[in-house]
Order: sequence, then C-alpha cells, then structure tokens
Amino acid sequence: MFEGTDAILLARIQFAFTVSFHFIFPAFSIGLASYLAVLEGLWLKTGKPVYMDLFKYWLKIFAIAFAMGVVSGIVMSYQFGTNWSVFSDVAGPVIGPLMAYEVLTAFFLEAGFLGVMLFGMNRVGKKLHYVATLMVAGGTFISAFWILSVNSWMQTPVGYEIGANGQFLPGDSWMEIIFNPSFPYRLFHTVLAAYLTTAFVVGGVGAWHLLKDRTNGHARKMFSMAMWMAALVVPVQIFAGDLHGLNTLEHQPQKVMAMEGHYQSHPDGAPLILFGIPDSDAREVKYAVEIPKASSLILKHDADAPLDGLDTIPDDEEPPVGIVFWSFRIMVGLGFAMLGVGLWSLIARWRGKLYDWPWLHKAALVMGPSGFVAVIAGWITTEVGRQPYVIFNLLRTADAASPLDAPAVGASLIAFVVVYFAVFGTGTWYILKLMSQPPHARETGVKRGDTGPIRTAGITPGPTQDPGNLSPDSLSSIEYVEPQDIEPARKEDGE
Amino acid sequence: MIDLTVIWAFIIAFAIFAYVVMDGFDLGIGILFPTFAPGRERDRAMNSIAPVWDGNETWLVLGGGGLFAAFPLAYAIILPATYPLIIAMLLGLVFRGVAFEYRWRDPSHRRFWDAAFTGGSLIATMAQGMILGALLQGIEIDGRAYAGSWWDWLTPYTLLTGLGTVAGYALLGATWLVWKLDGEGQAHARKLGKIAALATLALMAGVSLLNLFVRPEYSDRWLTAPELYWVAPIPIATLIVAGFMWHALSRDRHSKPFWLALLLFFFGTAGVGVTIWPYVAPPDLTIWEAAAPVRSQVFMLVGVAITMPLIIAYTAWAYWVFRGKVGDEGYH
Repeated sequence: MFEGTDAILLARIQFAFTVSFHFIFPAFSIGLASYLAVLEGLWLKTGKPVYMDLFKYWLKIFAIAFAMGVVSGIVMSYQFGTNWSVFSDVAGPVIGPLMAYEVLTAFFLEAGFLGVMLFGMNRVGKKLHYVATLMVAGGTFISAFWILSVNSWMQTPVGYEIGANGQFLPGDSWMEIIFNPSFPYRLFHTVLAAYLTTAFVVGGVGAWHLLKDRTNGHARKMFSMAMWMAALVVPVQIFAGDLHGLNTLEHQPQKVMAMEGHYQSHPDGAPLILFGIPDSDAREVKYAVEIPKASSLILKHDADAPLDGLDTIPDDEEPPVGIVFWSFRIMVGLGFAMLGVGLWSLIARWRGKLYDWPWLHKAALVMGPSGFVAVIAGWITTEVGRQPYVIFNLLRTADAASPLDAPAVGASLIAFVVVYFAVFGTGTWYILKLMSQPPHARETGVKRGDTGPIRTAGITPGPTQDPGNLSPDSLSSIEYVEPQDIEPARKEDGE
Repeated sequence: MIDLTVIWAFIIAFAIFAYVVMDGFDLGIGILFPTFAPGRERDRAMNSIAPVWDGNETWLVLGGGGLFAAFPLAYAIILPATYPLIIAMLLGLVFRGVAFEYRWRDPSHRRFWDAAFTGGSLIATMAQGMILGALLQGIEIDGRAYAGSWWDWLTPYTLLTGLGTVAGYALLGATWLVWKLDGEGQAHARKLGKIAALATLALMAGVSLLNLFVRPEYSDRWLTAPELYWVAPIPIATLIVAGFMWHALSRDRHSKPFWLALLLFFFGTAGVGVTIWPYVAPPDLTIWEAAAPVRSQVFMLVGVAITMPLIIAYTAWAYWVFRGKVGDEGYH
C-alpha cells in the first residue's frame, strides 16, 4: 500500500509522530519531578501533612507519566539508527557523545533513584528519600540539558570539522559544541515551558476540585501554588521566548521569516502579521491583519529597521511557511492566554477571592492542557522551521535517511501509530482517572505491598481538615506507614 | 599506546552484558508470568522487579546510545539491517514497561495487562536474540550503508539464537524468583529454573555448533591451534558452571542459582565476543573501521570514568534497599 510513496516522507512522519508523543511525557515529568521535590521539601521543612498528601497524590500520576516517557524514549534512542542511518553515521562523532553523556548522567540517575522514590520511603527514611526525589528531579533536568544541546547543535552547528570520510568530527573544544549559539536560549525556554506545562496541569486539577468543593484544602493548596507559577513564570517565559526569537533571527533568519509570514523583504519597517492565511504559491499572506512596523520593532527594536523576507532565500532552502506560521501563533497565543490566567489569579488573590471565583477556576481548568499544546506547537515551529535541513545549512533531511523501502517505513509507522494511541491513550485515561479523585488527607502513596506496588487504597475522600502543625518528626512513622512496615522482619536469604 | 577503540569495544560489551543479565531477569519473569497463579504469586513476582526494572532497562539505552557514540558507522548499519527486529523489540518493550503500572491501575483489565507483560517480554526477548543471530551470521555492506535485503535477519539460525535467548532469560528470571520468593512460589520457580536451564544449555550447544558452519572464520577461531587453546576454557567453564547451577537448583539454595546463571551468561557473552572479534558487524566492518574519532572517544571516556563507578554504586544501593524476600506472610 506504500508503493510509490516517498520513503523519506514516511520516515519524517514517523519521527515527528514518535518524538511528539514522547515529548509530551518529559515536558510533564520534568516539571512534575521538580514539583514533587518542592512538595517533599516543604513537608520536611514545615511538617504540614498537606504537602505529603499532595506529594503522594502527584507521585501516583508521576509514576505512570514517567513509565510512558521511558518506553517512548527508548524508541527515540533507536530511531536515529533505524530511520536516519546516514545522519547517524555522519553526525555520530559529534552528537553521539552528548547523548552518551545524557544516558550516563541523567537516565541512570533518574532510573536508579526512581524505585526508591516510588517505593522506598519506609525503607530508607525521610532524608534519604528526599535525596532520591532530588536525584530524580535533577536527572530530568540534566536529561533536558544534553538532549537540547544536541538539538541546538543541529540548529546552530559550530565547532566541527568535516572528515575525509564525510563525517562531522569534533573540533578542539567540546564546550563550543555543547554551548553552541542557540543552546542557552533553547534550554531556558524549553525547561520553563516544561515547568509551566506542569503548573497548568496542577492548576487545572486544583481548579476542577475547587469547582466541585471550594473548601477542599488540598485542592486550594495545589491551585494556589500553580497560580503563583503562572503569575510569576509566564512573564519570564515570554521574555525568554523573545530572546530565543532574536537568537533565531541571528542564526536561522529564514525560520523567523516563516514564523512572521514575511515572504517579501521590508526595507523600511516590517509589519507584524497577527493573523492571515499564508499562500506560498502567491508568496503572500492573504487576509492579513497586521500592525505596521511592529515586527521590526520587536525583532530589531527599531520601527524603521529593514527586515529581509524569504525573497532573499533560495527557494530550495525555504522552510514550509504555513506550518511554521500557524504553530508559532498557537504557541504565542497560548502563552498570552497563560499570562491572562496568571494576572487574573493575582487580582483574585489580592482581593482574597482566589478560591471563590468559579470563572477563574473554569478558565484554569480549560487551560489545564494548554502547556502540552504550546510545547508541541513550539517544537513544531523550531523543527519545521529548520527544514529542509536536519543539520542546519549542512545536511539536508532528504540526504540523511536510511536506505529503506517505503513499505518498511510505512509498516513500522502504522505499528507505532496503533500501539502509541492504544497504550498511551490508555495511560492518559488512567492519569485522568487519578486526577478526577479529590486530593485528601492521609493520601496513600505508591505502594509496594503484597497487593502491588501501585495502588490507591482510598478513593473515598477524607474529611477536609487542617491537620494542624505536625512536624515531620512528630509524625511518627506510624502516620504514613504502609502495611508492610508492620510486618515481621524480612526473612534473610537462606544461605 | 593504549588503543581507545578496544577500550570502547569492551565498554559497549560491558553495557550489553549488563543489560542482558539485568533486564534479562525482568524479561524472563515476563516470559514465565503466565505459569504463576493469578493473584498473590503473580503480584509478588512482579513486585520483585518493580523498583529496579527501569534502571535495568537503562543499560539498553547505554548499549544503543554508546554504540551510536563510539561506533556510529556500526549503529548506522546494524539498525537498518535488523530494522523489523528493532521495531518489534521497541514495541514489545513499550507493552512490557507500561504493564508494570497499568495492571495495578485497572483491576478489571488486569488479565489483559498481564498478557501484555508476557507478550511484550517474549517479543522483545525473541527480537534481541534474533538481532544477535543476524549480527553473527553476517551483514552485507556496501560503502557506508547496509546493502542486504529485507529478510536477511530471518533464517533458521536467527530463530535458534532467538529461542536460545528466550530460554536464557527464562533461566535468569526463574533463578531471580528462587531468590526473591518463598514457599510455593519459590518451589515453582525452582522447577521452572531446571527446565529453563536444560533448554538454555541445549540451545547454547546448538548455536555453538552452528557457529562453526555459519562463517568459516568462526570455525578457524574455535578449531585451529593455537587459538583453540585460548578459547577452549570458555565452553569448559560453561559446563562446570552449569553443573554447579543444577546442583544449587536441586538443593535449598536461594541466591546461588541466580549468581551461577549470571556466570553462565558471562561465559556465553565471552563466547560471542571471541567469535565476533575484531568485527563489530561481520564479515566486513571491524571495530576500528566503525570507531568514532579519538576526540569523541576521549571525551566520552572521561564521562564513563567519572560516572560509571557512581552509577554502579547507586544502582547497587537501590538493590540493597529492596533486598530480601518480597512480601511476607503474616500481615494479611
């Protein structure tokens, strides 16, 4: 059924599909791991049980999201070789070591401490458990560091030599490769995006439970924490995004031209096109709603500054304008909607009505998944905007693929689509089921009892109460003990 | 002068060995899962690996990522050559991995996720064994790319290596459960261990014999002096270890069968290494031809030297935290 179809197109669809699906989970788990670390830290510091309850509530969700991230991530580490073997061969000496560092410094760290984080509270004690949580959170960040360095190098390659065999070889300085020109901006922008994605999920869940019961203290706590993030971090993120855009203008101008919809050059001030329909055949944006000179003002900080358009770029080096134009607007639009929710929450908080304005809660609920959409839209902007290159200006995507026939790539693509929708759809359903249960006092964690490592005991919400000012130390281990801790001492190995 | 390429070949071999034995017992438990009674026995079998499987699987990423980094050309040739097997393995691992979480989340579909756990484990194991076979029987290369056909990986020989891996992982899984379970579950695991041990040894012997015919250079290595004297200890040691293991499985030993199964795998891996050396993709691609440049090797070696001791230390600690028998009688 794939005879005559372009194998490279299928390989590109496959990579876009598997990486987009995969990216959803780390975007969530990077932020969630840090949120869990904050919750456990606050619990250790203040001793308020609400933090431990929230920790356990989100830990169950984290366990599922993390598992989905792991299994979809392993696929990614092999996709380079299966579908993009020419790329792997020529770029391997430069980006391979960075990815090896990711495995060594991040994946092992996350995976090694995850078991203790999920199941080990009663075996290692509070302090060591907190160390495990910090290691998992740190691992997710280190992972982002390396993989974004790799991606950034592909966008702004520097510090390489071309070998006699056609391979990209590392030059004198690995630091130059790792900290390539777009990396600091991309790292900052992406990690903040992950934090905000999680914040809006937490805020959405808190809002959902506040809409059902605005006296639920646990829902209040998570909603309040999430809204602080929205109010404080979204402005920083918009600023970071602006910096990232300026960096892109410097190194990948055609990407910005596509984002802006600038088919033509504007010698004396380019307009900011808010909306419109890009028509690549006519080389214009139809029905454009635009602000004169605003694009030059944003990108050059001078309303009359000249700005080149795609007419200065050879046709076979242009990215597809339509996709980049739209995905960029989706991302930016959601960013400003997030800002709106953040500001709204500040007003509500200032008036002492944070938990009392149902419309604010409804807005936060609707915005719950917005981070995922924004992250994927942003990812599409930067990845499609790099086309037709896989290593910018150096290696074309069309020249990077494996020598595979279309039926092979097509069959595996179908398998991935079917399995991913079934498996990750189910996992998402389980996560939504967990989220639909109200957070409550005496939340049970991820269990490793006789009945299973992962089980929520009570779905019946406990009475909403403020359990008072118990300190972690006064919370004797009986308070949060799992049944297995009361069991007789473990039988040691019989030898 | 130290040959960094050789060092890297050993590092990758170590990562693959670590993966094979550590995820080997996870996958083996998946393969044996249906023979355990639903309910408590299955729950305990799964609990015995729930805290560690993720770390175990990470060695696969190191094996793949390390190959990409240290031998990019080998990565770029072997993966397209074994394309359907790699895809099958990855999808199998998807089902296996999520089953750990999903089966507890959804009691009404637990049987389905148990089946996914077993099916995923079986497919991933079979695919891994067949990848080994496809590599050993030789990969056709033209220039810097795979040049063979679509179905080169499917031969009676690769099917045999696949089955051998299934039996071997089942042995690792069974001996792990002998260690971690008690009572009836342990007795059952002991019985499975014996069956898996016989199957593993028979298939190891079969693959070893076929190796003498699959490529002429292999029989030269194994059957002509003086190389013969260097390699002969491997099969002899394998047989001795097998004898001890059988003895341990027949007695009331808890952890010993597992350690001996590890040793068996060590000698099996050594045998593969000796057979394939110095090629990374026989018969044409040597490790030196596929190696990354010295700068890449040195940079990564620094990372390995610093992180590997730490990784081994905290991995060992995580195992130590969850030491002892899984779930005990008494509190229900």
